[in-house]
Amino acid sequence: MLNIAKIRAQFPALHQEVHGHPLVYLDNGATTQKPQAVIDAIQQYYAEQNSNIHRGVHYLSQLATDAYEASRTCIQKHLNAQHSHEIIFTRGITEAINLVAHGFRSVLKIGDEIIVSTIEHHSNIVPWQMACDATGAKLQIIPMDENGALKMDAFHALLSEKTKLVAVNHISNALGTINPIKEMIDAAHQVGAAILIDGAQAAPHLSIDVQELDADFYCISGHKMYAPTGIGALYGKEKWLNKIPPYQGGGEMIATVSFEETTYADLPHKFEAGTPNIAGGVAFKTAIDWLNEIGLENIAQYESKLLQYASERLSEIDGFRLIGNAPQKAGVISFMINDLHPYDIGMILDKLGIAVRTGHHCAQPVMDAFCIPGTVRASLAIYNTKDDVDRLVEGVKKAKSMLS
Amino acid sequence: MASIQDIQNDIIEEFDMFEEWMEKYEHIIELGKTLPLIDAQYKKEEHIIKGCQSQVWLHAEFQNGNVIYTADSDAIMTKGIIALLVRTFSNQQPSKIVNANTDFIDQIGLKEQLSPTRANGLLSMVKQMKLYALAFQSKNTNAC
Repeated sequence: MLNIAKIRAQFPALHQEVHGHPLVYLDNGATTQKPQAVIDAIQQYYAEQNSNIHRGVHYLSQLATDAYEASRTCIQKHLNAQHSHEIIFTRGITEAINLVAHGFRSVLKIGDEIIVSTIEHHSNIVPWQMACDATGAKLQIIPMDENGALKMDAFHALLSEKTKLVAVNHISNALGTINPIKEMIDAAHQVGAAILIDGAQAAPHLSIDVQELDADFYCISGHKMYAPTGIGALYGKEKWLNKIPPYQGGGEMIATVSFEETTYADLPHKFEAGTPNIAGGVAFKTAIDWLNEIGLENIAQYESKLLQYASERLSEIDGFRLIGNAPQKAGVISFMINDLHPYDIGMILDKLGIAVRTGHHCAQPVMDAFCIPGTVRASLAIYNTKDDVDRLVEGVKKAKSMLS
Repeated sequence: MASIQDIQNDIIEEFDMFEEWMEKYEHIIELGKTLPLIDAQYKKEEHIIKGCQSQVWLHAEFQNGNVIYTADSDAIMTKGIIALLVRTFSNQQPSKIVNANTDFIDQIGLKEQLSPTRANGLLSMVKQMKLYALAFQSKNTNAC
């Protein structure tokens, strides 16, 4: 049994008043708050270890390099990757996807196809549109059903020898749908296509084994899993990372440079041009250690019960419309109240000290498919409680009475 | 016609009556409901100002030396603020509109409504209102 009060106590940002009310933070799908351990790790890095990594021969540089590389190994183990050089540090998932999409320009040719789904975040749509524009490849879209689950028969029908890559999220940020990614990975491989999984919403809630999944690429974002902003990681199978060219040129990513010819560094450095977010990388490890101490299984179990409680309580409100009711869901409850604009509801909730996300959640195609301007989205983290949910329900009722 | 400054002072006075945010918001919601709607023919793509969350339609006409604005939004709170902006700027001379500020929104305690993070399209709307005024102004000057 988890002691949530004890977990909550570790998050300074949760213990404040907003507009005169104790903060209820339910915007974890956008970013989670940070435990004291992570905040301390950043402070400690700058106070005791700050130095540029991989180049210096001096003591501090070695300390910083060791701490940064320890984080890479930690992520490797956390995702169960075969090699630590299959873990590339990025700014976040947006950069990770852009890195792969840019690299695939060298693979794609006219007539090739890339498949994404209707329920992707814009960051898993736009980089592929750009790659298609640059190469003459075509973007194919997996449709969803009325519950927000992907239509798997349509997905299988889209796959062909033209398919070079499939890019889907593990869990939808807008709806909370958990996609059957193992089935999708196997199907993509059947036609010889690579597959990239956007794990932004999955990594804070589920344990991930990239070898068992057999994913070619899997992306995670630090700040959505209790680590700082500006740090994320791309897992890529060694064979793919060797095959695609570097994304950015600069220092750190080279073996030799002359004006006649530059050769690139080995993995992972080939994809890590310039001085990275070292403090963020170091604190990423702290966050993962912190998560593992609680245990992702425990987290998943607790959050699933809380999600169920939230769904039940919100359903009591007359006019409540759940948007996205896939059989497998995690972390997110997206809804409308009658036809009230989500923005109006969000404004009033904010005044009541309740932080939710409103709008299209960077997933406009999903909102277009449901013919709505957006939703109110409450997204859960391990520190949320039934009390938070009760406050949300009272807040939504209040907003409804003011706006109706 | 009262000056922009006079109208803004009236609005500040009007909002002074409310002590609680809730009363202010309720008033804004009421104002939103009374906003003269934009003519259906202007409620289309070329008149839209897209915010990240709510969107605004804005139309401007030049009549007897004054700019007449009509507008609408899909969100009622946004519409309420639009009602205040239209009340302030509509039926005024272009030069007055171009030089006016929107500090009154701060003063009535709704500063966040015009903050870029609110992403409701209002900041762009104010800019667009001024651009219309500027266009009418230069057209008017050229004609003379």
